[in-house]
Amino acid sequence: MGLAANRSIRAVRSEEAAIVFSDVWLSFAGGPILRGLSFSVQPGETLVLLGETGTGKTLALKLAAGLLSPDSGRVRALGQDVTSKSERELLEFRRQVGFVFQEGALFDSLTVGENVAYRLQEDGVPAEQIEPRVQEVLRFVELQHTVDQLPSELSGGMRRRVSIARALIAHPPIVLYDSPTAGLDPITSQTIITLILRLRDVYGVTSLLATHRLQDGFGLANFHFDPQTRTVRRGAPAEKSKENEITTRFLVLREGQIYFEGNPEELLDSQDPYLRRFLI
Amino acid sequence: MPNTPLKAMEQQANPPQPPSVVEILSDAAKETVLKVQGYSLMAVQSLTNLLTRPRYGQDTLSQMDDIGVGSMPIVLLSGFFIGAVMVLQTGSQFQRFGQVSLTGDIVSLALVRELGPTITGLLVAGRCASGIASELGAMLVTEQVDAMRALGTDPSRKLVSPRVLATLIMLPLLTTFSCFIGLVGGMVASVFSLRLSATTFWQRAIAILQFSDLMQGFTKSVVFAFILSTVGCYQGLNVRGGTQGVGRATTQAVVVSSVLIIVADTFLTKLALFLADKL
Repeated sequence: MGLAANRSIRAVRSEEAAIVFSDVWLSFAGGPILRGLSFSVQPGETLVLLGETGTGKTLALKLAAGLLSPDSGRVRALGQDVTSKSERELLEFRRQVGFVFQEGALFDSLTVGENVAYRLQEDGVPAEQIEPRVQEVLRFVELQHTVDQLPSELSGGMRRRVSIARALIAHPPIVLYDSPTAGLDPITSQTIITLILRLRDVYGVTSLLATHRLQDGFGLANFHFDPQTRTVRRGAPAEKSKENEITTRFLVLREGQIYFEGNPEELLDSQDPYLRRFLI
Repeated sequence: MPNTPLKAMEQQANPPQPPSVVEILSDAAKETVLKVQGYSLMAVQSLTNLLTRPRYGQDTLSQMDDIGVGSMPIVLLSGFFIGAVMVLQTGSQFQRFGQVSLTGDIVSLALVRELGPTITGLLVAGRCASGIASELGAMLVTEQVDAMRALGTDPSRKLVSPRVLATLIMLPLLTTFSCFIGLVGGMVASVFSLRLSATTFWQRAIAILQFSDLMQGFTKSVVFAFILSTVGCYQGLNVRGGTQGVGRATTQAVVVSSVLIIVADTFLTKLALFLADKL
């Protein structure tokens, strides 16, 4: 398996990383879930956290956002030590991180527009400035017609798109996606992945995406969004130099540990029986 | 996740031992202490949050409407009939001694000092502590609370403090209405059942009341408001086990807040009587 060989990339580049996990342990009543997790995500990079249910993917995302605190180890994001912050400091920090929850986690008593505008209202942004920004992000996810609807009136896929719009409104440099396509049909899943591509390629957002669907990761690795033609195209953007190329890496978790870390080609070429199960 | 053959062999060689009685009791004690600690911290924080920004005035008004205006019908209806039934129960005793005019005194004192705040507290606990627990519990299991934190909002400020403040404001008001309508109920029952004049009833009912009686009723309603709102919030924000857990938390919120209200009532009554003697 191509495990250890790829760690060197991480070690060399971790100083300027957008997210760094260093020997992170996390336990619950049933025992340790994360066992010494160490990885980093570079600015503009997409890291796909792949693994079975219960391997700690969601926990890793929540740790990155400071929603959970590890038992030991360090988590750094945007150059800040997330683990040493108080809850009050974390509230401020989280304003720079977008989080797309698995089921959307929209506030069910608020309309779509109010959900999307939530963070701006919390920041005390004047109402006349909020409305155009809400319209802008809802246009981005192609749901501008749902602004007055309640989340319960939307389909599962639409709720995820609203959730992406809500995470996007403050233009965060990092967006964390927790199984954004779980339970969706292939066409809707493709729409969500396209949105993530657009977010990455238009805004240069650093993405950490937890999923158990390999096709999500390959969708992000093998395609890019061309802002000129507004279409999704195969391969990396032509104008990107090799150093600035947007990369997508895979990190496979198994029993709370890193089982594989590498690029899509290495994952595809792997003969490891456990990894092959994901490729079937 | 299947174990490796080596691990499976280890587990067979050393099967897990069941916990001893001491361990079970020790764990239960620790869990209780943790719950009390968690509740105390949340309760204190709900008040200290009010001293600093951000404050959520709109949410507080919305909760005042829900808790106060929403509870008004049940409080008024039950207050009226409690006043009436008190007259029916005590009136016959007073008739035996020819002291029917004292009915106004007893109904007034009992309502203002005891029954008004306690019955209103229990009714609002049944309606609102359960509502708060189920609403916050549902938000927790659908990750809305986490989403709030992820969006940079402190759930304690946004969800807990407005509910506590709204209950602290509305329960004394509801208690006042309950006492008044209870006296009206008592008066109606006195007039029709005991043939006591409405004027006599009201004169006696108002004349017997002292400032200390009003303070006793007011203090109780404030304490009960704090208990039912904080217990509801604590149970809601500590739901475990999905939707089934929400149901459990809702029941717990009503049971715990009702029991605490009755226990607190005993101590507050004793304290009020002690202070009345001293002052």
